[in-house]
Amino acid sequence: MANPLAGVYAARHRLKESHPLTVLIVERLGLSLLLLWAVSVLIFAGIEALPGDFAQTYLGQSATPQSIANIRADLGLDRPITTRYFEWLGGVVQGDFGNSWASGAPVTEQITKRLGNSLFLAFFAAAISVPLAVGLGMVAVHYRNRIPDRVINILSLAAISLPEFFIGYLLIVFFAVQLGVATFPSTVYDGMPWSERMAAIALPTATLVMVVLAHMMRMTRAAIISVMSSAYMETAELKGLGAFKAIVKHAAPNAIAPIVNVVALNLAYLVVGVVVVEVVFVYPGMGQYMVDAVTVRDMPVVQACGLIFAAVYILLNMVADLVAIIANPRLRHPR
Amino acid sequence: MPDLLSVRDLRIGATIFPPGEDPQDIDIVHGISFDLQKGKVLGLIGESGAGKSTIGLAALAYGRGGVRITGGEVLLDGEDILSMNKKGIRSIRGARVCYVAQSAAASFNPAHKLGDQVIESSIEHGLMTREEARKRADYLFDILGLPDPHNFGDRYPHQVSGGQLQRAMTAMALCSNPELIVFDEPTTALDVTTQIDVLAAIKNAIEKTGTAALYITHDLAVVAQISDDIMVLRNGDTVEYGPVQQIIENPRQDYTKALVNVRQTKLAEARDQSDALLKVENISAAYGNGVQVLHDVSLHVPRGQTLAVVGESGSGKSTLARVITGLLPPFEGKVTFVDEELSAEQKKRSRDHLRRIQLIYQMADTAMNPRQTVGQIIGRPLQFYFGMRGAARKAKVIELLDEIEMGETFYDRYPAELSGGQKQRVAIARALAAKPELILCDEPTSALDPLVAEGILDLLMRLQKERQVSYLFITHDIAIVRAIADSVAVMLQGKLVDFGPRSEVLNPPFDDYTDLLLKSVPEMKLGWLENVLATRKMESAGH
Amino acid sequence: MRLREIPLTAWIGILGILFAFFCAVFASLIAPFGEREIVAGVWEPANELYLLGTDNLGRDLLSRLIYGAQTTLFVSLAASILSFSIGIFLSFTAAVSGGPIDQGLSRLNDLMMSIPTLIFALVVLAVLPQNIFILIAVMAILDSTRVYRLGRAVALDIAVMEFVEAAKLRGEGRMWIIFREILPNALSPLLAEFGLRFAFSILFLSTLSFLGLGIQPPAADWGGMVKDNKDGIIFGIQAALIPGGAIAALAVCVNMVVDWLLKRTSSLKGGRGDA
Repeated sequence: MANPLAGVYAARHRLKESHPLTVLIVERLGLSLLLLWAVSVLIFAGIEALPGDFAQTYLGQSATPQSIANIRADLGLDRPITTRYFEWLGGVVQGDFGNSWASGAPVTEQITKRLGNSLFLAFFAAAISVPLAVGLGMVAVHYRNRIPDRVINILSLAAISLPEFFIGYLLIVFFAVQLGVATFPSTVYDGMPWSERMAAIALPTATLVMVVLAHMMRMTRAAIISVMSSAYMETAELKGLGAFKAIVKHAAPNAIAPIVNVVALNLAYLVVGVVVVEVVFVYPGMGQYMVDAVTVRDMPVVQACGLIFAAVYILLNMVADLVAIIANPRLRHPR
Repeated sequence: MPDLLSVRDLRIGATIFPPGEDPQDIDIVHGISFDLQKGKVLGLIGESGAGKSTIGLAALAYGRGGVRITGGEVLLDGEDILSMNKKGIRSIRGARVCYVAQSAAASFNPAHKLGDQVIESSIEHGLMTREEARKRADYLFDILGLPDPHNFGDRYPHQVSGGQLQRAMTAMALCSNPELIVFDEPTTALDVTTQIDVLAAIKNAIEKTGTAALYITHDLAVVAQISDDIMVLRNGDTVEYGPVQQIIENPRQDYTKALVNVRQTKLAEARDQSDALLKVENISAAYGNGVQVLHDVSLHVPRGQTLAVVGESGSGKSTLARVITGLLPPFEGKVTFVDEELSAEQKKRSRDHLRRIQLIYQMADTAMNPRQTVGQIIGRPLQFYFGMRGAARKAKVIELLDEIEMGETFYDRYPAELSGGQKQRVAIARALAAKPELILCDEPTSALDPLVAEGILDLLMRLQKERQVSYLFITHDIAIVRAIADSVAVMLQGKLVDFGPRSEVLNPPFDDYTDLLLKSVPEMKLGWLENVLATRKMESAGH
Repeated sequence: MRLREIPLTAWIGILGILFAFFCAVFASLIAPFGEREIVAGVWEPANELYLLGTDNLGRDLLSRLIYGAQTTLFVSLAASILSFSIGIFLSFTAAVSGGPIDQGLSRLNDLMMSIPTLIFALVVLAVLPQNIFILIAVMAILDSTRVYRLGRAVALDIAVMEFVEAAKLRGEGRMWIIFREILPNALSPLLAEFGLRFAFSILFLSTLSFLGLGIQPPAADWGGMVKDNKDGIIFGIQAALIPGGAIAALAVCVNMVVDWLLKRTSSLKGGRGDA
C-alpha cells in the first residue's frame, strides 16, 4: 500500500508544521505561475481547438480556396501549432507580443501606452471605492435592519442591476450634456497637464466606482456582520469594553482577511468594467484596444490583451490570498 | 452576613422566529429568586431549555440574542444592576462580576495573545497597572495548574489545548478580583480526565481568592463537588432550592429525585460471552494523510449482548465503527461477521451484510433527511431491503412507531418538529426496520439531557431483550457502561487497553489508564473530589 | 408558504418579470409596428404614433423594445438554463464522487475561472463564427463555472451530513443519493442561484451586444439598441437610455426576487436542525 509520494507528503507535512507561512506563500506563488502558464495555453491553443476554420471566418464572404491558402501562409497559420505556441510564448516572456494583423505594427508599443491608461483608471476607481465600500458596510451594520441599512440595501440592489454602459451614459447625459460640467469623450494623450487628465477621467472613474461599489458593499456588510457576531465579541462586551474599543481591538484584526477576500472577488468586476467603460467614454486604454481587435479578428492583439488581463487578475487574486494568509495568526505563530 | 447577590422575582422573555410563522414573544424565566453570600458557590442545574444560562447572564445584566430581562431585580451589594445606565453596567462587567463561557476556544480572540486578553479588563477598568496585572495573571496561571505559568501568557489561543483554554478563561475572570464569577458549563465540552483537573483547579482558585460563584451545569454529580447550595431549574421555574447536602442526599421533588438517581440501575451481566457475532481481529488503520489511528485492535461482540467501547476523544472508538462498517478500510487485519469475513470496503459488501449491521449516530438532527417524513424515513429500509410497499409497509412502520413508544400520530411529521429524544427514537426505529443482528451505536445519548438519555437507554435494553440484537455501544461515559454493558473494551490513542466481561474490566486489578478513567468520573457523592485529589497526592508522594 | 408572506419588493419583481415574458411571447401581437420597419425620420421625439419616438434609422422604438424583449429574454433564459444544468450536473457528480473526479473537475473549473468572463468571451468570440447558438453555448459554458462552484459547496455541505452517509451505508446507489437525498435539500439556495445567473445573463448578453459581439443587427436586442443609438447622446438625444432602462428594470426585478429567495434560504437553514 506504499504510496510513492508518501515521502514527499511527509516532508511537506513536517515543513508545514514548522514554517507554515513560508510553505503556503511559496505554494501560492507557484500555483499562480502554473495558472498563468495554463491560461496562456488556453488562450493560444484553446482557440485552435474551437470549431470553424479560422481563416475562412476571417475572410468571411470573400473566402475562396486560394485566398484562404494565401492568408494562412501570410499569417503563418500553416505551421504546426506547437511551434507557433512556443514562438509566441518565447516572445511574450521577452515582452514581444508580435505584430498586429490589422496595422502590421508591433503590439507591444500600443500595449505599453494603453496599459498605463487602463491601470491609471482602475487604480483611481479602486482607491475611491474600497474605502467607501468598507465605510458604507460599517454604517449598514451599525444601523442593521433600520432605515439607513434598508436604504443602502435598496440602492445597492438597483446599482448591481444596471449594466455598466447604462450607468456611463446616464452620467454623460446628466453631467456632460445637461449640466455641462464634465468632458466627453475622455481622450487623454501624452504630456497632458495633470488637471486636464483628472477632468477627463472624472466620469469614467465615477462609472467604475458605482459599478464596483454596489457589489463590494453588500459583501463587506456580510463579512463585518459575521465577524461582529463571533463569540469573542460577546466576551469583549461581557468584560465591559466600550463598543468602539471592542471593534477596534477585537473585530478589526479578524476582519482584515474576509474584507481583503471581498475586495479580491470584486476585482473581477473592475477588470470587466474597465473594458466597457473605455468603449463608452472612448478612452484610449487596453479595453478599447481589445474590443476593436475582436471586432476585426486581429488575433495577436486579442491574445495579447487576453493574456494581460488574465495575468493582472491572477496577480491581484494572489496578492489577496497572500494577505489573507499573512493575517491568519495560526499561520504566523505555529504551535 | 449580607448577601452579595440577591435575585428577586427575575423574569426573562425572548422573541422566537418559528419557520413560516410570525415572530412570537415568549417567557423563558418565570420569577426566579435566590441569594448568594460572599465566597459561596451556588450551583444552577437543569436540562437544556431550563433557563440556567440565561439567569447566569442576567447577573451581568446581559441578554444573548433576542433575550430581554422583563422584570424583577438583581441586587449586587444592595444595588439593582438592572436599573443602571449603560456606563454603570459597563463598570460592573469584567470588574465586579465576570463570566466564564462554555466554549473557551470560541471566546478568545484568535488574533491576540492569551496574556493580553486575560489582563485586558483589569487595565481597561483602571484597577491595576499593566505590571501588576501581569503579575496577578502569572499567579493565577500557577494556581490553576497551567504549564510554565510565567510564559503561558505569551501564547496564542490556537497554541494551547481545550482544557488549558478553559483554565485561561477562568484566570481572565479572576484577574480583576471580582466579587462574583458566573461559570457557564465550563467543563461540559472536556474529556472526563481533563474535566476533573479543571474542576479541581477552579475549586482551588475560588477557595484561595474568596470569590463567590454561580456554577451552571446539567451534570448534578459535577455541581455537587463544588457548590454550597443548589437550585434545580426546569422550564424557567425553580423546582427545588437548598443546601447541597439536602439536595443530593434528601431530594424532595420527584424531578430532583430522578436527576439524582440517574443511571443507578445496573443490569445483570450476561454469562456466556463466547458466541461471537462480530469479530474484529488485529485491525490497524490509518487516514489518507498517513496518520495511523488504530493499532492492532482485537475484540468481539457476543450474540445478543452489549459490548461497550469506551474512550476519550482521540481514542479511535469512532474510527473503529467506521472500519467495521467499511467506510475506512484497514491496512491490516479483518472483520468477521457470523464467521464470514466482511469486505474491507463498504462498496463491495452484499446488501444482506449491509442490512444486518445498522448504525445509530450521535446527532439525530443530521442523521435524518429533513425533507422526509418520519414515515418515509422508517419506511425506506423496509422497501429497500424487503420490497415492502403500500399498505403493508405503512402498517409495519406504525408497528415500529409503537415499539419505540411514539405511535401513529408521528407518521406524517418532519424531523424538525420532533424533540431530541424523539428524533433518536426514530433513528432507532429506522435501524430496527432492517431487522439487523448488530447495531453500532455511536454515542447516541451524548447530545441528550440526562433524563431523556435514560429513556433511550431503557428502550435499547428492552429491544435487546425482545429481539436478541447485539449492540456495539460507543461512549465516553463510564456510568452508561456500568448500566448497560455485558463486555467492555477500553481504548486509548488507537490502542486497546483492556477488553473483557464488565465485571473483570471494571474491577481491580486495573491498568493505569482504566484506573485513571474510572477515578475521573464524578460520583453523586459529596466530597468525592476531595477524596480523589487526596488519593492522587498520596500516590505521587509515594513515588 | 403563504402568499401574504411574500414581501412587496418580491411581488414587484415577480410582476415585472411576468410582464417582460408576456411581451416576449406575444411580441408580434402587441407591437404596433414591425421589428425592422422604418416608419419615420431619424430620432423623432415621442408622439401619439410613436410612443417612445424613433431610433437612429427611423424605426419605432417601442416596437423594437418589445421585439427586443423577445430576443433578450429567450437567449438569456436559454443560456441560464444550459449553464445551470451543466454546472449542477458536474458539481454534484464531483461532490458525490470525490477523489480524482472531484479534483480534476475542480482544477479545470479554477482554471476557467481565472480569466474574467467578459475577457474570455471576447477571446472566444473573436474566433468563432457569429451565430446565435454559438453565442448561447459560449455564455452558458463560461457562466457554468460559477454555478459549479456554488453547486459543489452546497452539495458538499449536504453530503457530509450523516443522513447521506446513512443512505450510503444502506447500499443506495449514487443516483438515488443525488436526487433523493441531496437535491431536495439544495433547492432553495439553488433556486436563488438560478435567479442570479438569469440576471447575469441578461446583463452579460446586453454588454456583448453593446460591444457588437452579441446579437447581430438588424435583429432587435436591447444591448444592440443602446449601441445603435449611443451617438445621439452627446447631442441630447436620449433614445439610447430607453433600452438601457429596460435592461436595468428587468435586472432589478430579478434581483428583488432573488433577494427574497436568499432570505428564505437562510431562515430555512436555521429552522432545520435546531431543537
